[in-house]
Amino acid sequence: MAWNEPGGGKDPWGNGGNNGGNKGDNKGGNNQGPPDLDEALKQLMGKLNSMFGGKGGGDKKDSNQSAGGIIGIAALVGLLFLGFNSVYTLDEKERGVVLLLGKYERTEGPGLHFKLPVAETLMRIETTTVRTVNIEERMLTEDNNIVEIELNVQYRVQDPVSFALRIENPRLTLQHAAQSALRHDVGSTAMDPILTSGREATAEQVKLRLQSYLDRYQTGIQLTNVNVKDARPPSQVKASFDDVQAARQDKDRLISEAESYANAIVPQARGQAQRQLEEANAYKEQVVAKATGEADRFVALYTEYKKAPKVTRERLYIDAISEVYAKSNKVLVDVEGGNNMMYLPLDQIMKNIPQSNTGSASSIDVSAITDQVLNEIRTRQNDRRQETR
Amino acid sequence: MSGKSLGLLIVLGLAIIVGSQSLYIVKETETALTLQFGQIVDNDIPPGLHFKTPFLQTVKTFDARILTLDAQPARFLTEGKKYVIVDAFVKWRIKNVLKYYKATSGDRFEASNRLADLANKGLRNEFGVRSLHEVVSGERDQLMTKLTADLNKETQENFGIEVLDVRVKAIDLPEELSNDVYRRMRAERDREAKEIRSEGNELAEGIRAEADRNKTVALANAYRESEQLKGDGDATAARIYAKAYNKDSEFYSFTRSLKAYTETFRSQDVLLLKPDSDFFRYMKDSKGK
Repeated sequence: MAWNEPGGGKDPWGNGGNNGGNKGDNKGGNNQGPPDLDEALKQLMGKLNSMFGGKGGGDKKDSNQSAGGIIGIAALVGLLFLGFNSVYTLDEKERGVVLLLGKYERTEGPGLHFKLPVAETLMRIETTTVRTVNIEERMLTEDNNIVEIELNVQYRVQDPVSFALRIENPRLTLQHAAQSALRHDVGSTAMDPILTSGREATAEQVKLRLQSYLDRYQTGIQLTNVNVKDARPPSQVKASFDDVQAARQDKDRLISEAESYANAIVPQARGQAQRQLEEANAYKEQVVAKATGEADRFVALYTEYKKAPKVTRERLYIDAISEVYAKSNKVLVDVEGGNNMMYLPLDQIMKNIPQSNTGSASSIDVSAITDQVLNEIRTRQNDRRQETR
Repeated sequence: MSGKSLGLLIVLGLAIIVGSQSLYIVKETETALTLQFGQIVDNDIPPGLHFKTPFLQTVKTFDARILTLDAQPARFLTEGKKYVIVDAFVKWRIKNVLKYYKATSGDRFEASNRLADLANKGLRNEFGVRSLHEVVSGERDQLMTKLTADLNKETQENFGIEVLDVRVKAIDLPEELSNDVYRRMRAERDREAKEIRSEGNELAEGIRAEADRNKTVALANAYRESEQLKGDGDATAARIYAKAYNKDSEFYSFTRSLKAYTETFRSQDVLLLKPDSDFFRYMKDSKGK
């Protein structure tokens, strides 16, 4: 089990079998090593002899031989174990924290490295890998509203020694600290900025605050990015918030409707105004032209009239009157003096007139009436003459 | 030979037993103390390999890293008699292993319980004199700094524990208070929505009214100008007429009257005429007398 998972609650000492940092191992190795070395080597030589050149000397003591062989194999295995235990490579993304007898000794970068077997233990820490913690919580804002916030924290291990040795469970610490920092900054901000424009600012504040916590707790964690992924009103009030959005759209719609009304009506009115002006101009031109024409006509006529006033006047008069009489129905009343008793059935005359328009028959009626009228007049005149005589 | 190796094995075994009893390792993440018959003989032992008297002394190791106490969420009463549910954590470490061991027998569970009690007491006191608004927002930093300092002083003295930080992870309202908040938020939003819609109506009505006004004004102006134009025309015409007709007003009356006569009578009109007018002059008398 490599110690390359930052945090996760794993304790290198709890299950450090592979790390070789167990007390027993260390003590055994340390104690046993120096005094037994000569003898062990001697035994090893014997064992090697027995294995490779042993066939020639097969007539030696069997019991001794087999015991030596077992010890030899054990020594070889031990050597191999020590060899594997002292050489290691570190990946580009890893750092190695080396402890000598439990005490921090050094930090190694990527590459091939040696360490004292057994006595030194290695902890592999990934430092370049960026990891992510997500927090989604409901919390109070400065103006006592409740919002739901999704925070995304990205980090990497900056200081592997602190990360591995100075704090218990750095990942959980990060989680707690992030919750606290987020609460703090959201709690100091009103809801509207959090939900809308202030998200970036909140994320920036949380990052600063969180980093200061992490430094204080010696986590060795460096934040790379803090991001408020989502900030929304809780589900209990979502409908009302959505309604505000709908209201905004209603507002826009009402305004654009009114604008389209305005756009329709104002140009139309301008057109009407234009028409009125044009008509007035036309009228003006018309009356002036008419006046000019009539005046010119009058002047022209007058010029001629001046030359022969009497004749012209007479002619004009007779022309006009004849024109009037020509198109009218006429009743000539040749009565001397006022006879008030003269009766003219005017209502009948008038009644017949409209028909005269439509047919020629009516003209007969008119002439008949006229005759009747004239007869009447004559008889009365005769009567009067007789009376006057 | 076999006797010799047996002896060797025995010596080896003894050496291992004695070695394991006299040598010990304190890890980088630990601190340790040694006890002799229950009495502390050495403490604050740094990381590394150390010796002790075999069999007589025992070693106790403790986690020297920064530790986390994640307290259970607890209900606190704020100044406004409102309950809040507070979830806090404490960052601490063993500062003085001697005091720590004496106070807690080195039992972390025990230490955590004591620490949690103290932290809760401190939080309860601080929350009790602050309003909900204060603990949620503005004063949280000061509150925590003060709380941490107080707590640290007490625990250093009594337990050999250094408190690095006390932080509130969450301040939540109990259900009934949350519902109040939701109700208020809904009411506020409903009000806002209404306001926005009314504003929309207001603006729309304004735009319409302005359009109507523009229309009326445009038409009125056009009427004014057109009347002025017509007046101009009439005036010009009158001037032209007057200029012409002033040459002989009597003749004008004459021609105008004649024209009016021709225009006035229509073909259906019935005229009752006395034949003594100028027109009929020659009708009765060829000499026109």
